[in-house]
Amino acid sequence: MSIKGKAYIAGAYEHPGRELPDTSIPQIHAEVALGALADAGLGLGDVDGYFCAADAPGLGGLAMADYLGLNLRYMDSSDMGGSVYLSHVGHAAAAIAAGKCRVALITLGGRPRTTKLRAPGQLMGEPPEKAFEPIFGSNVSALYALAARRHMYQYGTTSEQLAEIKVAASTHAQHNENALLRKVVSVEQVVASPMVSSPLHRLDCCVVTDGGGALVLVGEEDAKRLDRQCVKILGHGEAVEHTSGGHQDITMTGGVKSGRDAFAEAGVKPADIDYVGLYDSFTITVLLALEDLGFCEKGAGGKFVLDGALQAPHGKLPFNTDGGSLCNNHPANRGGMTKMIEAVRQLRGEAHPEVQVPDCELAVAHGTGGWLATRMGNATVVLGREDT
Amino acid sequence: MTDTPTRATSLPSPAPEVQPETAAFWAATLEGKLLLQCCAACGAVVYYPRFVCSSCHSTKLAHFEASGLGTIYSYTVTAKGILEYQDAGSYVLAMVELAEGPKMITNIVDCEPGDLAIGQEVEVVFHETGGAGALPRFRPRVD
Repeated sequence: MSIKGKAYIAGAYEHPGRELPDTSIPQIHAEVALGALADAGLGLGDVDGYFCAADAPGLGGLAMADYLGLNLRYMDSSDMGGSVYLSHVGHAAAAIAAGKCRVALITLGGRPRTTKLRAPGQLMGEPPEKAFEPIFGSNVSALYALAARRHMYQYGTTSEQLAEIKVAASTHAQHNENALLRKVVSVEQVVASPMVSSPLHRLDCCVVTDGGGALVLVGEEDAKRLDRQCVKILGHGEAVEHTSGGHQDITMTGGVKSGRDAFAEAGVKPADIDYVGLYDSFTITVLLALEDLGFCEKGAGGKFVLDGALQAPHGKLPFNTDGGSLCNNHPANRGGMTKMIEAVRQLRGEAHPEVQVPDCELAVAHGTGGWLATRMGNATVVLGREDT
Repeated sequence: MTDTPTRATSLPSPAPEVQPETAAFWAATLEGKLLLQCCAACGAVVYYPRFVCSSCHSTKLAHFEASGLGTIYSYTVTAKGILEYQDAGSYVLAMVELAEGPKMITNIVDCEPGDLAIGQEVEVVFHETGGAGALPRFRPRVD
């Protein structure tokens, strides 16, 4: 069974806040849920399927279902890091296609900027790698840096090429009044910023913000009935890559597999795509995604991003037109949700006029959750306009 | 390599949390030995120690002593760490490709970070933790 054309995004909402010291995390989930449902012309009473990840407090989705007063037939609180909201889109579409639920709500919310809660904890005990990786001081930026250094070694990628990705994001962020960083930066400024984990500079890293986002999915009948332009789900794929006992290639991501599956289900190819939302935890994450999804050859990402290729509206592949996580926001330290939301805006023609891609008909949203170099969860969604 | 563990001069050395399936690995580090697992069913060499072969999924994994030699597969100089490394200053986190095949996350020590290179030969050293294991770190190999 394919999910192609069986489910639609009817509502999407991004929290406007970037520093929310006086809003509880459950309230952020509630605000984005209400926002996305209002966007769809629906209410919490219509929701019968709920999807959340470890940023939602409590056991699975139970606390949030209780807090929101949801009446559920279906719940999925799977997790694989910041890309998981893209997997949730695929899971929700499959649940709708199978008749397991009719209105699916996906929420994200968190406050890493105004609390010390950096990342969701390990509820069920320490992971097996704990004594073999963090014990040596591995951390998120260092693991991504290992992948970046190896990519440079194997393919000749440069810091200046990675910086082009940040430059494109900042060019877009200047038009987003909610973005944390709205100043346009140059390649020179990126490579002159302090080194965090060589070869990644501070401006190669995403921002830390509070905030959240939500999506509402419905089936075809409801999409037609609702007085809102919906976005059609055309394909989805997900993949988990890991160390394989110490035999991984750290320049590759699970995007090779998740992208292959999503494009095959949608029946389209990378060259058909008008807009791409790529989870940009770091500049290197974007570069690897471009290669692994097939927008360019493996190793050619550094050349691909030159000459404003990623800049809207006229670059050859406009990306992250809200400024992405490199400039706009990174709620709960998880960037998959906001990549979906901006892709929905693009397909509805509701992105900022300065960055709206003309005649945007096909989009991809893609994420890399977890960690490059060790273990990651990738998810890819192919989206089209309602009339696609 | 049978060098007994020494005290790290510049890096924190947190004590490992030892599990039943990792006890043999950590006990060997106290004697200056780096153990790997080899799968009797498929021949895969596996790191970190575990119960199931990540290649063929058999449970016939047996420990053997590795050479302690390898090359730098990738590395990064991290300006500031977290948790136990929060006050460590800058340090080198690396992925070392062991001579036996597997890659492992570790540190490169006793080095000038600016002189490091991918492909460089390294050898294991063990740093005392005060706990039930010593940390296998690597230093540039000098012949």
